Amino acid sequence: MSNVLVFTETNDGKVKPVTLEILGKLAGKADVAVMGDLAADQVELLAKYGAQAVHKLKGANLDKYSPEGYSNALSAFIKSKSYDYVFAGATSTGKDLIPRLAAVFGAGCASDCTNFTMDGGTFAGTRPLFAGKCLAKVELTGPKPHFVTVRPNALGMPQTPTAGAGAAADVAADAGQIRAAIKEIIKAASAKVDLTEANIIISGGRAMKNAENFKVLNEMADVIGATVGASRAAVDSGFAAHSMQVGQTGKTVSPSLYIACGISGAIQHLAGMRTSKVIVAINTDPDAPIFTKADYGIVGDLFTIVPIMTQEFKKLLGK
Amino acid sequence: MNIFVCVKQVPDTETKVTPNADGSFIETSSIKWIMNPYDEFAVEQALLIKQANAAANVTVVRVGSVKDTEALRTAMAMGADDAILVEANDNLDSYSIAKALKGAIDKSGKKADLIFAGKQAIDDDCLQVPQILAQMMEMPSVAVVVGFEMNGTTVKAKREVEGGALEVYEVNTPCVIACNKGLNTPRYASLPGIMKAKKKPLAQHSLADVGVTDADRRVKYSGFALPPEKPAGKKFDAMDATKQAEIVAQVVSLLRTEAKII
Ligand SMILES: Cc1cc2nc3c(=O)[nH]c(=O)nc-3n(C[C@H](O)[C@H](O)[C@H](O)COP(=O)(O)OP(=O)(O)OC[C@H]3O[C@@H](n4cnc5c(N)ncnc54)[C@H](O)[C@@H]3O)c2cc1C
Ligand SMILES: Cc1cc2nc3c(=O)[nH]c(=O)nc-3n(C[C@H](O)[C@H](O)[C@H](O)COP(=O)(O)OP(=O)(O)OC[C@H]3O[C@@H](n4cnc5c(N)ncnc54)[C@H](O)[C@@H]3O)c2cc1C
Repeated sequence: MSNVLVFTETNDGKVKPVTLEILGKLAGKADVAVMGDLAADQVELLAKYGAQAVHKLKGANLDKYSPEGYSNALSAFIKSKSYDYVFAGATSTGKDLIPRLAAVFGAGCASDCTNFTMDGGTFAGTRPLFAGKCLAKVELTGPKPHFVTVRPNALGMPQTPTAGAGAAADVAADAGQIRAAIKEIIKAASAKVDLTEANIIISGGRAMKNAENFKVLNEMADVIGATVGASRAAVDSGFAAHSMQVGQTGKTVSPSLYIACGISGAIQHLAGMRTSKVIVAINTDPDAPIFTKADYGIVGDLFTIVPIMTQEFKKLLGK
Repeated sequence: MNIFVCVKQVPDTETKVTPNADGSFIETSSIKWIMNPYDEFAVEQALLIKQANAAANVTVVRVGSVKDTEALRTAMAMGADDAILVEANDNLDSYSIAKALKGAIDKSGKKADLIFAGKQAIDDDCLQVPQILAQMMEMPSVAVVVGFEMNGTTVKAKREVEGGALEVYEVNTPCVIACNKGLNTPRYASLPGIMKAKKKPLAQHSLADVGVTDADRRVKYSGFALPPEKPAGKKFDAMDATKQAEIVAQVVSLLRTEAKII
């Protein structure tokens, strides 16, 4: 059997959902490592989803993320336990940290996998490329440990997770030399879940006409707990921030529900959202390409349809 | 000051991607290649430094097939001084690519003060090469950079993270910076620039020259396939104002009863 570690990140002290997705897939055969402290209820949650042990790495200069501090601390810990595999979410931190950490071991990393198996303790993954226009199988070879990052929301939450012992322990960790350090964090205007981790996304395109009009999308987003995205045309026209861009040169997303408002469905936009589980499109042009990918298409003016939809969601959710 | 910029050549985003007959890679014969869009920000940032510092030398490096050298020529037409091409087939993994880039930089005999890369190549989307290269070069790195200021040997770099928040890093050169859109506005290559680029030096090495062998492979890929097509969805015509309320109510209800989302 392989010896597997899942690195988890927290957000406001809560374990990120992608960790639970990964643990579910590993079915009770993994340890978890976290930087710093973790509340008892979060340790319990990890145990419920299959964590055998929860290692809390504690030491100076590990309160904030830094590529070097985290990879120094984690690499020493991974060596001490001789893990065969290290998994993490393909989040901002995961995508930055894991390749560096893998390079410390001269090891390979399968990045941004949307599914995987561990038959006989050996990893095989699936990953999209060309922003999802194509899929391929990835396997790892060469020195261990092998590293894997998994796209948030892709595996889905396990319905009946296998519980683990969840024994929590503190581990003394050393951040070592940190040359690139965070001096300041500039908070984003919105405190919403990031597009790449959002469960529901509502995106606006060129048809939004201006930044002000995004408020019709924001109102609906507030009702259903969605994050608002945009097409490149909307971003380039200055209606939305670049961090909101979905597509081949923006963010690749796979929410449960994607609502495209006034977006034509260019190949570069589709590439970034085609793996969404359910797609709703609202567009005045019945021949817009977005309708070929939509589960539910509404031919209509977004400025009238979206407010009606917001009211319907309110009714449905009893708000 | 020596600045290196890593550029990858990727299929144009309009490309219709099809797996080849045995699923071992994609069909590459009809692809139009372009410089990875994020690498344009990397080239531009290097050129901005060169503008402010005449002694700076900008070298662009690429690992890939020789089919055409479009990306390197474009970078030199924009203003880079010279280029290095490590000839390799297009299916190396990120570890081998990073090792080849390091080998090429070492072989140039120039000590790198700054290495720029794109944050991500838009074909394979691994977001790995800059970080691996930094570790191999024993340099610090900041990735997904949307703001860059340099004062002597101190760099202030803004990294974009989840939700559009920014982490502001302070780091000394030498370091690796992986660039995101928003950092700058890449210049176009001028006609005289394009003519001049033809005469600029382009060094060419084999993988063996830069110390990379088959034993460096860490990731194997196979089974290239198109994603399963979705069955056709339901389309409702709500252009008629009298029907809008009814149709929207129906779709919202389907999201619960049929799609089981809300
Ligand atoms: C189906 C498939 C799956 C793959 N999966 C993996 C995987 O899981 N793990 C893995 O290690 N490799 C994988 N690879 C290989 C990997 O994509 C290539 O090695 C690639 O060249 C580097 O990754 P990237 O293109 O995603 O670059 P990124 O790491 O996203 O690129 C970031 C930046 O690095 C620089 N850069 C990248 N490549 C080059 C280059 N050739 N020359 C110069 N500069 C460059 C550029 O500045 C670029 O903007 C996969 C390849 C395929 C085809
Ligand atoms: C290298 C490259 C990279 C790119 N990367 C991306 C990317 O990452 N993401 C991305 O999105 N694009 C990207 N693009 C751009 C892409 O090709 C399209 O230009 C862009 O997606 C179009 O955005 P849009 O759908 O909002 O605008 P349009 O194509 O102009 O579509 C607007 C739509 O709104 C509809 N409409 C108008 N009024 C209303 C109304 N009142 N109610 C409802 N519908 C209405 C119209 O019928 C039309 O279908 C890229 C392009 C290139 C060349």
